Amino acid sequence: MSILANDNTKLVVQGITGGEGSFHTRQMLEYGTNVVAGVTPGKGGQKFDDQVPVFNTVAEAVQATGANTSAIFVPPPFAADAIMEAAAAGMDLVVCITEGIPATDMVRVHEYLKHRHTRLVGPNCPGVISPGKAKIGIMPGFIHTPGKVGLISRSGTLTYEAVKQLTDLGIGQSTCIGIGGDPIIGTNFTDALKLFNEDEGTDAVVLIGEIGGTAEQEAAAYIKESFSKPVAAFIAGRTAPPGRRMGHAGAIISGSEGTAEEKIATLRAAGVHVAESPADIGKTMQGALS
Amino acid sequence: MKIHEYQGKELLSKFGVRVPRGYLVHTADEARQRAEELGGTVVVKAQIHAGGRGKGGGVKLAKGADQAQKIASEILGMTLVTHQTGPEGRLVRKVLVEEGLNIARELYLGIVLDRSTGQFVFMGSTEGGVEIEKVAAETPEKILKEYIDPAVGLQGFQARNLAFGLGLSGAQVKNALKFFSALYRAFMESDCSLAEINPLVVTAEGDVLALDAKMTFDDNALYRHPEYAELRDLDEEEPLEVEASKHNLNYIKLDGEVGCMVNGAGLAMATMDMIHIAGSEPANFLDVGGGANAETVENGFRIILSDKNVKAILINIFGGIVRCDRVARGVIEAASNMDIGAPIVVRLEGTNAEEAARLLEDSDVSFEVGRSFQEAAEKVAKAIAN
Repeated sequence: MSILANDNTKLVVQGITGGEGSFHTRQMLEYGTNVVAGVTPGKGGQKFDDQVPVFNTVAEAVQATGANTSAIFVPPPFAADAIMEAAAAGMDLVVCITEGIPATDMVRVHEYLKHRHTRLVGPNCPGVISPGKAKIGIMPGFIHTPGKVGLISRSGTLTYEAVKQLTDLGIGQSTCIGIGGDPIIGTNFTDALKLFNEDEGTDAVVLIGEIGGTAEQEAAAYIKESFSKPVAAFIAGRTAPPGRRMGHAGAIISGSEGTAEEKIATLRAAGVHVAESPADIGKTMQGALS
Repeated sequence: MKIHEYQGKELLSKFGVRVPRGYLVHTADEARQRAEELGGTVVVKAQIHAGGRGKGGGVKLAKGADQAQKIASEILGMTLVTHQTGPEGRLVRKVLVEEGLNIARELYLGIVLDRSTGQFVFMGSTEGGVEIEKVAAETPEKILKEYIDPAVGLQGFQARNLAFGLGLSGAQVKNALKFFSALYRAFMESDCSLAEINPLVVTAEGDVLALDAKMTFDDNALYRHPEYAELRDLDEEEPLEVEASKHNLNYIKLDGEVGCMVNGAGLAMATMDMIHIAGSEPANFLDVGGGANAETVENGFRIILSDKNVKAILINIFGGIVRCDRVARGVIEAASNMDIGAPIVVRLEGTNAEEAARLLEDSDVSFEVGRSFQEAAEKVAKAIAN
């Protein structure tokens, strides 16, 4: 088993004819993801790589193909609109890869999604992968291996680092979710933990957080109260100065809020095994499992 | 993107937010002239991108034009040290000369993004003039919060909740409601990520004005506001960071001695942490992004090496879609194009990592290759210790 991405995934790629969209659509197809449609307004009727039909709207793509999941590769000025279009077309899951969406746009998207069943992952994230089943996003498929450990992360390449460590130790993954580095994201740590808690194919979870906000502390409270599986974690940014945005729009210590120390202490108090070093994420999970 | 107090006030007044009459000046003579025009007591305020200016001696009252001139001459050119500038302080190049007000009360008003609810929140507090983080930590009950429903915006009842909650009455309430709604409009239409009016003052006459204004724009929304480009003050930014941004590199200068070049923000932060664990300190945060080629690596080297504290360099790339052998070729090309003069430790992991390691080991440039994240950090710390 796995969550979010699986054998039932029927993917539509919004922005399929753009540079990023076309490159990663090929990668996803190669991984075996069931890409059923693409959407680029004005290019409806074309075929992407003689294989994937392109539509003008997500609604048309759904009608013609039964797509249930969307991956968004459109530029920041149009991304909020693209997320809402996917939700309006009834998608179960929308994975938004786009980095750089204005916060005022995301506030509106957040409100819009409250009244719909669609789950958003991202934006500003590498996507979701259930190894061996489906890859929805930009992560390198080959570092993953199927198994029973779930992974949730605010980062991209640091996630790959952690996955590689797990794979090297022979620990396979059920699903890896990049939840994104922005201040407003669709699925947070706690939401993802709830899904993993229900998933019979997941025995334990790795959580990779960073400075900024209080999502890790909220996750710790949930873990303490209701999460039944072992959790290992790493929090990036112990050496980051306060008041500076460390690459990700959401990675900033404001006043005394959002420090790595506070997050680590709260997670430990909730029984989470926190790795001191980013080189020990895999080992820490191994320890938590034994 | 940060802007100065005087710029924030100009922006706010365009939306109908009341601010004291004032002028930006660059010399003590101008300060004198403006103080004369304003008449009576004036306030001379250093304009730098950092809070805590009053405590640091950058904000002073002047009784009349003579004193304004004297104070301006002291503040202009001073290196102002506050809790936000760091010990090196910030050079003051301009001051704001403002009319003095007959202040009855000092309050706090702010709009920030609440990450947990995904909404903007309007905050008010009777504890004006002090750090809001301190109020939040010690007496959170003194902070009033009104969450803004994005579908309808700030409502009248919410503004009234704030006004009455702050203990305002009579004409003060009417003035405050007008102030709140103008501030909200300014915030939303300008794509701000933060607005802080601290203090918001109520005068003896019942007027409500922004005595200070801290406005920050959402970097992601700058494309919608090309006019903000002229509000940017490069004097307030670290020169190396300005240079890096020209090459689309995300660089933040730090105090340590290991220059680092990494792809991805999370891995870049983790690399800094790893260097610390290995017993050294990072000199910078540098995310070269997804496409680390010879040109980006060369620009990265140049910026890292402009920092005189750098004694060694650690390159940590996790090749996913990016192939490590290409990155390795880029590193070799960049390193042979310039005189680096500092030991370099390279760690390439992911797609084609083996081939990349071979390329590095066979090249004429002397690299140390770190086979793992940990080994790379330890090697670079050792290179500095030697």
